[in-house]
Amino acid sequence: MPPMDAEILARLQFAFTVAFHILFPTLTIGLAAILVFFEAKHLRSGEEVWLRLYKFWVKIFALSFGMGVVSGIVLSYQFGTNWSEWSRITGPVLGPLIGFEVLTAFFLEAGFLGIMLFGWDKVGPRLHFLATCLVAIGTVISAFWILAANSWMQTPQGASFIDGHFVVDDWLAVIFNPSFPWRFLHMTNASFLTAATVVAGVSAYHLLARNNPEIAKRSFSVAMWAVLVLAPLQILIGDFHGLNTLKHQPAKIAAMEGNWVTRSHAPFHLFAIPDQNAQTNHLSIEIPYAASLILTHDPAGVVPGLDEVPLEDQPPVGIVFWAFRVMIVLGFLFFALGLWGAWARWRGRLAEDRHLARFAVAMIPAGFVATVSGWIVTEVGRQPWTVYGVLRTADSVSPTVTASSVATTLVLFLIVYGGLFGAYLYYLLKIIRQGPGALTVRETEKRPEAIRGARPGLIVPSE
Amino acid sequence: MTDIAFISAGVIGFAILMYVVLDGFDLGVGILFPFAPDEASRNTMINSVAPVWDGNETWLVLGGGGLLVFFPMAYSIALPAFYIPVMAMLFALIFRGVTFEFRHQAHTSTQLWNRSFFWGSVVAAFAQGVLLGALVQGVHVDGVRYAGGMFDWLTPFSVLTGLGVVAGYGLLGATWLIYKTEGKTQAWARNAAVVLGGGTLVAMAAVSVMTPMLRPMIAERWFGGLNILYLAPVPFITGAVFIALFWSIFSKRELLPFLCAIGLFMLGFFGIAVSLYPNIIPPSLTIWDAVAPRSSVMFALVGVAVVLPMVLIYTVYAYSVFHGKASAEGGYAHHEHE
Ligand code: HDD
Ligand code: HEM
Ligand code: HEM
Repeated sequence: MPPMDAEILARLQFAFTVAFHILFPTLTIGLAAILVFFEAKHLRSGEEVWLRLYKFWVKIFALSFGMGVVSGIVLSYQFGTNWSEWSRITGPVLGPLIGFEVLTAFFLEAGFLGIMLFGWDKVGPRLHFLATCLVAIGTVISAFWILAANSWMQTPQGASFIDGHFVVDDWLAVIFNPSFPWRFLHMTNASFLTAATVVAGVSAYHLLARNNPEIAKRSFSVAMWAVLVLAPLQILIGDFHGLNTLKHQPAKIAAMEGNWVTRSHAPFHLFAIPDQNAQTNHLSIEIPYAASLILTHDPAGVVPGLDEVPLEDQPPVGIVFWAFRVMIVLGFLFFALGLWGAWARWRGRLAEDRHLARFAVAMIPAGFVATVSGWIVTEVGRQPWTVYGVLRTADSVSPTVTASSVATTLVLFLIVYGGLFGAYLYYLLKIIRQGPGALTVRETEKRPEAIRGARPGLIVPSE
Repeated sequence: MTDIAFISAGVIGFAILMYVVLDGFDLGVGILFPFAPDEASRNTMINSVAPVWDGNETWLVLGGGGLLVFFPMAYSIALPAFYIPVMAMLFALIFRGVTFEFRHQAHTSTQLWNRSFFWGSVVAAFAQGVLLGALVQGVHVDGVRYAGGMFDWLTPFSVLTGLGVVAGYGLLGATWLIYKTEGKTQAWARNAAVVLGGGTLVAMAAVSVMTPMLRPMIAERWFGGLNILYLAPVPFITGAVFIALFWSIFSKRELLPFLCAIGLFMLGFFGIAVSLYPNIIPPSLTIWDAVAPRSSVMFALVGVAVVLPMVLIYTVYAYSVFHGKASAEGGYAHHEHE
């Protein structure tokens, strides 16, 4: 057995590096789709605004994509360095899923990203648009495979445990495992919502700063439409996701709800300090019957409690409980942002309402915080298992890697990622402050000038 | 029954070879970075690889991922065994990778990112060479697990292979620049290619002499029985390619030096494959011991057969879009000012 602290350090290191990585896909998956929209609008209408918006947001996309790539490569090797037992045992299941991700998604993204960023005058507008579309599709395919892998670890099926490792009997059952559809929808929608909110917030900042408001107005309007639709959708998908978890991982639900005993008429805790030693909550503020109502759609419904789970199989309740509440609160704040936007639009003041604009700016980080919180619920709530009910985290770790090596690399990751994140934010803010630049007057003046023949010697062709 | 372990090893070998050649030349550009004549040359150099580096690096993910797919046991032994060089490579690739995005946004800190590009490339190349040497010299395995210490990889041999890969990648980078640049930068790249070609020659010769001395099995493979007859041409071909390399540099050919450098890497790769086969983790773990269950290998091989040709086609297309000479203004500068 490895010493306990090597395991804790490996968990901390993986949690930190994967949480850092997910910040960037969260933005790029959604932003790629928005770029497709901008470019399509430009191709169709020929209006310069959409091209300006594309060229502005593609810079932010490129910067974030680069961070996603470098932090992702780390993860794909960390499986082996820190979790070698896990790699050997689950490799026959998860390896091919990750392999398919590389083949069908990473190559597609990487191959066409170059054309998307540098191909403007090398390929025609239609091919360029195709490149943007392929990159966007690549990001979603990537999410598909990696979430299939992760969901299989949450709700494994389709494989048997033989001779110390998994052997797959049915690939379709592995890929479309019970929690996969909801996790895929919830995560991709989280990315779309996060990116829409970032576009709304940055546009709102430009509106407030009166920095080319005629451009910011357009993107603000598009983004606020998106938030209005995606925010309630996310809450709905989240609800179904939770029902699915109730069925397959009741201990996780019990931790999310802070529910220690299986009971009917279970309340929802707005606030509580879960105490794992005493197996109870302190200072709890509750809404009566609400948990039963949400989870079983019946105030008398029975909600599972942690008393059914032996102490050594319980996830750390406090972290799961609070991360879940952070996600929920932010979910409803997104909903509020969407509604406020709709109301302002209905009154014809969407671009003028400065309080709304300030709210939108404040919400820029919310999607990232909610996404990381959601992942904490999912992953910490799965503990102490890596493959739910089959393989323990303690049995997944690399046996020969010493605690001091893991600690050293953990400290290095903290320093290096901290520094890079600082540089990333610095350049991001620089790009945002520059803004999309003014529209060239050409488009508006060209015609009147020609018609008036204002320039000496200019002959107006008659039809 | 077809030998799925052999085919799987072939797929991984292909991915690694693609990686070494493709990322090899862009890491090589990074290795040469500080020695360029001026900042304009540096802009040209980085522009020549900016549209393709990400795709090149993806082959590394396929190589590592492929090992997890086809030989999970080998993956789970090699990565803990090579923990330190792997981590060094990952950190280095981070610094190298972010430079592409950060450097052209920077105004006051260009020097910082120039340095990050150089050190990232050098350390990544060196770590990869060390990994190669450490694998060839053998790994202490007990049952299905790694059984050695954290520093077993560190030997004079692995340091030699590390330096060899730095020189080799530098050569790939220099010959790529001969092909992709003109004028002052190209003339400088020619000189660099001569120096690094010399370095690569020395390193390849040294590694070739030392490898058979590592384990009797390797010597047996090269010199035993009739093998010596089949394998004798390898050193001669390698020598011929070196001559072609230097000749093509001096006679101011543009593409041929790069092709010769690629040829050298392929020959070196072949030599290592001969020394290792049929081990995936020498000295004892063979590809048949480590291969994943049939259901996993078949599933993945179908994917490879269908998707990999498409990947190769659009990769060629993506390269062809950016054919011709790179310039200091193209690429990133263009992307910034429309
Ligand atoms: C829901 C989406 C999602 C999730 C959960 C993850 N990733 Fe990721 N990853 C992406 C979505 C993504 C992406 C959208 O495809 C990225 C982000 C930005 C980018 O450059 O591509 C990416 C990049 C990326 C790369 C670089 C690809 C390249 O070379 O182009 C690697 C190797 C990984 N990821 C690996 C992982 C691993 C091992 C993960 C889990 C532990 C993981 N990712 C979680
Ligand atoms: C990208 C979003 C993800 C985030 C933010 C995330 C977050 C986390 C966190 C916080 C932990 C630590 C849990 C703990 O030890 O208490 C963890 C563990 C882990 N996760 Fe995830 N995870 C993500 C995706 C994935 C995916 C896609 C996979 C695999 C395909 C994965 C595999 C693992 C493994 C192997 C561990 C280590 C074992 C463990 O501690 O459970 N994770 N992750
Ligand atoms: C009030 C609305 C929401 C509800 C009811 C909800 C519900 C849930 C549940 C139950 C889980 C855990 C699933 C499991 O592991 O079993 C989860 C995870 C997650 N949530 Fe939410 N969520 C909501 C809002 C949001 C928002 C606004 C975001 C981000 C913008 C978000 C992002 C995530 C992510 C990334 C995960 C982890 C991946 C996954 O398991 O799907 N959620 N959510």
